[in-house]
Amino acid sequence: MADVPVLELRSITKRFPGVVANDHIDLALERGEVHALLGENGAGKSTLMNVVYGLYRPDEGEIRIDGKPVSIGSAREAIKQGIGMVHQHFMLIPVMTVAENIVLASEPTHAGVLLDYDDAVRRVRALSEQFGLAVDPEARVQDIGVGQEQRVEILKALYRGAHILILDEPTAVLTPHEALELFEIIRGLKDQGKTIVFITHKLKEVLEIADRITVLRRGKKIETVARAGADEAGLARLMVGREVLLRVEKKPSDPGEPLLDVRDLRVLDSRGLEAVRGVSFQAREGEIVGIAGVDGNGQTELIDALAGLRRAQSGHVLIRGNEVLGETPSEVLDRGLGHIPEDRQRRGLVLEFSLAENLALHDYDHSPISRVGWLFPRRMIERARRLLKDFDVRGGGPNTRAAALSGGNQQKVVIAREVARDPSVLVAAQPTRGLDVGAIEYVHRRLVEARDDRKAVLLVSLELDEILSLSDRILVIYEGSLVAEYGPDVTEEELGIAMTGGGREQEAIA
Amino acid sequence: MGPPEPEAGESALGAPSVAARLALYQRAGGIVTPLITAALAFAVGGLVVLASTGKNPIGTYHAIFNGTGLEWLFPWVSGAARVQAAYNLQQTLLVTVPLVLTGLAVAFAFRCGLFNIGGQGQYIIGSIVGVQMGIWFAGMPKPAHIVLAIVVASCAGALWAGIAGFLRATVGAHEVITTIMLNWIALWIGSYLVGFGGPLQNPHDNSIPATADIATSAKLPVFWGDPVLQGLHIGFFVALAALVAFWIILNRTTLGYEVRAVGFNPEAARYGGIGVGRSYFTAMAISGFFAGLAGAIDLLGWEFHLDLTVVQGSQIGFVGIAVALLGRNSSIGIVFSALLFGALLTGTSTRALDPSVFQPELAGNLTRIIQGLVVLFVGADVIVLYLWQARRKLRARTRPGVQPEPSA
Repeated sequence: MADVPVLELRSITKRFPGVVANDHIDLALERGEVHALLGENGAGKSTLMNVVYGLYRPDEGEIRIDGKPVSIGSAREAIKQGIGMVHQHFMLIPVMTVAENIVLASEPTHAGVLLDYDDAVRRVRALSEQFGLAVDPEARVQDIGVGQEQRVEILKALYRGAHILILDEPTAVLTPHEALELFEIIRGLKDQGKTIVFITHKLKEVLEIADRITVLRRGKKIETVARAGADEAGLARLMVGREVLLRVEKKPSDPGEPLLDVRDLRVLDSRGLEAVRGVSFQAREGEIVGIAGVDGNGQTELIDALAGLRRAQSGHVLIRGNEVLGETPSEVLDRGLGHIPEDRQRRGLVLEFSLAENLALHDYDHSPISRVGWLFPRRMIERARRLLKDFDVRGGGPNTRAAALSGGNQQKVVIAREVARDPSVLVAAQPTRGLDVGAIEYVHRRLVEARDDRKAVLLVSLELDEILSLSDRILVIYEGSLVAEYGPDVTEEELGIAMTGGGREQEAIA
Repeated sequence: MGPPEPEAGESALGAPSVAARLALYQRAGGIVTPLITAALAFAVGGLVVLASTGKNPIGTYHAIFNGTGLEWLFPWVSGAARVQAAYNLQQTLLVTVPLVLTGLAVAFAFRCGLFNIGGQGQYIIGSIVGVQMGIWFAGMPKPAHIVLAIVVASCAGALWAGIAGFLRATVGAHEVITTIMLNWIALWIGSYLVGFGGPLQNPHDNSIPATADIATSAKLPVFWGDPVLQGLHIGFFVALAALVAFWIILNRTTLGYEVRAVGFNPEAARYGGIGVGRSYFTAMAISGFFAGLAGAIDLLGWEFHLDLTVVQGSQIGFVGIAVALLGRNSSIGIVFSALLFGALLTGTSTRALDPSVFQPELAGNLTRIIQGLVVLFVGADVIVLYLWQARRKLRARTRPGVQPEPSA
């Protein structure tokens, strides 16, 4: 008995100007399995699934569902074939309720005209129970958390009768706890006979949840392996094509003078509530200080205050002994702060600018790039050429628009800009968010280099792995205060407990 | 990397600023989309002509073209026709000059992500200050008087726009609202000043609501054509200089760098240390300078006095918005765009249009329809883009390749 694959891709090829995003890819999905699609950024995983979901038309190749060849020309046709996709960026309407969002475009009606809202709520509740996806049908989307939003997106697909569910980087927006909940949900869906495709670049997740793993690299399928017998190192090698350091190698730290001195800092958040409550710490030259904490405990406000982007209520921030609290962001940068911001596309780069212009984002105002207000673009370009080479930025030259680069290379540009200014204190906020293994390795190497170069590095990250791997000292922030300090040999359990309030009652936010 | 990769540009395009969308539009269509937009506007205008008057639109457009004087550029036109065309072309260029300047005003603000709808008000302020500066200082030597009047009037325009910029920078008041309000304020200030009994009304002739004429030392010299018949004045060169200055400021100064950065991504600009509020104010001020300059040039170049009807009836500032949009906020684009609108305005004027071909009263409205259509199509750039991409898709479909079979 040959089990016909529920979804089969034969020789799928998709080209864009200048690049072959998918190169004759074969894939066979078995019914009821959880199949992980693993690869670096730019490997072609999202493109491939967008082809399956009808958002792109393949240039060559064939798609077969249950053995029959099909042509999927639009998302609507994909949905009709029973394929559902949950994208990385949710497409929900914030002012509408969960039920309204789920039934959107296929609403139950009174006599085909008026929305039967009660029926919608009833159906959503039934679906929610059937699949174990806890949602409140009557809550407005703008009031619910990200974890619940994702469950709403999954329910949307299930409501339309999806039996093949594609999840694109679903844990990118979740806390570690929410990610575990998601895995439970996926197991539940699998038990109900659904087939799941899980797109990710995170090795740990793949080993946690997948039955089989297909690795893509630069548009080609490298191999499909079974979960049994697969390990992180092996998968990483398939993804990148060479040995990958999963744990950063570094010399022991030799900290010297404190370059960053924060005393009793108090900062309000955008709603006027205390976000940073009297935080004090130091970062010394030659060390990496990691700040661990669940998102939303004051890290963002802390960094904003250090960089002069947010007014602090009180306290002191000294860089090399100079008080910088109250100065403009430009002045703080001049004082020796390097800042790799949290969201590289919104805060780190001007995507429409060329790489040369982006690399000059703070220095455009100083010689040699400008003098008395007059800009010398050629000098900007030369400097950029040097930096792009030194920092191994790929995907374009000084005149390429930043938007054309992959996420990893964009981050390299941001790092190049900040490190090249030779700051005393380098602040890195979520520096590897959304990056693949190769890029993560690169970022970590650069941070260690900065530390070995006698800079003080402040690392704020939600990834415990990263904190543990890089930090010489770890501070835990919880509800705006620093509640614990550890050396690099602390266990994940201890950190996890400290991050959630140290054993105190902590309701998981759904 | 390629093109529509969702990862790279998506967050930025998730909630696109107008400037970002305009940049996308630019890149996607190149020079062709503005041409398509203009062609579409003319096509629909022609349909309107046909439907409402039954006249042949081609003939109408031909008659309009004859009035623009553009045929002077064709070397085979000679004799009396050439002389007539020369005169028409001078008139066209006289209108094109302020259009270039108001277009630059709108475009500069756009580059900073700001909508300057206040070009008209800034133009009026420039006219008011210009006329007074022209009336005073009558004894000054000519070049000095002209420069003084122009600079002061333009700075007045800059200040007027600066109000909106300041409000945007400090309390976040949206400049669309504030500039429109300032338009009205300028209009009524002007009406009061030059109207009956107003402080600027001509003291020697109070039967007309207008100011006195400016001193001869303030009048712009005419370099082409007959000064008595309103030839082309040196304001033409001022407009050309303004086009160059626009490009230089944006691309060769740190100020321009800041303006562009803020226009594309104010958050990243802030994180990079740029003062966003300061950029907003500066961009609006420079924008207002261009518009005020337009008002001053028109006044010193051929109006010579300020009239209530001009204060209340002029639309130059608003046409400037269409000019900037069609010209995609770039110097080169604005030149052609301003010329197009200038030609339209001249070609449809009562003097130029042959009444047997098309009633002149209606022709003016035809111009306005076309202007509106251009703004509509540019605003609905997605439609034009879609048509442009559709043409590419059609070509791709006829290309040989393995196409998946339709489902059984």
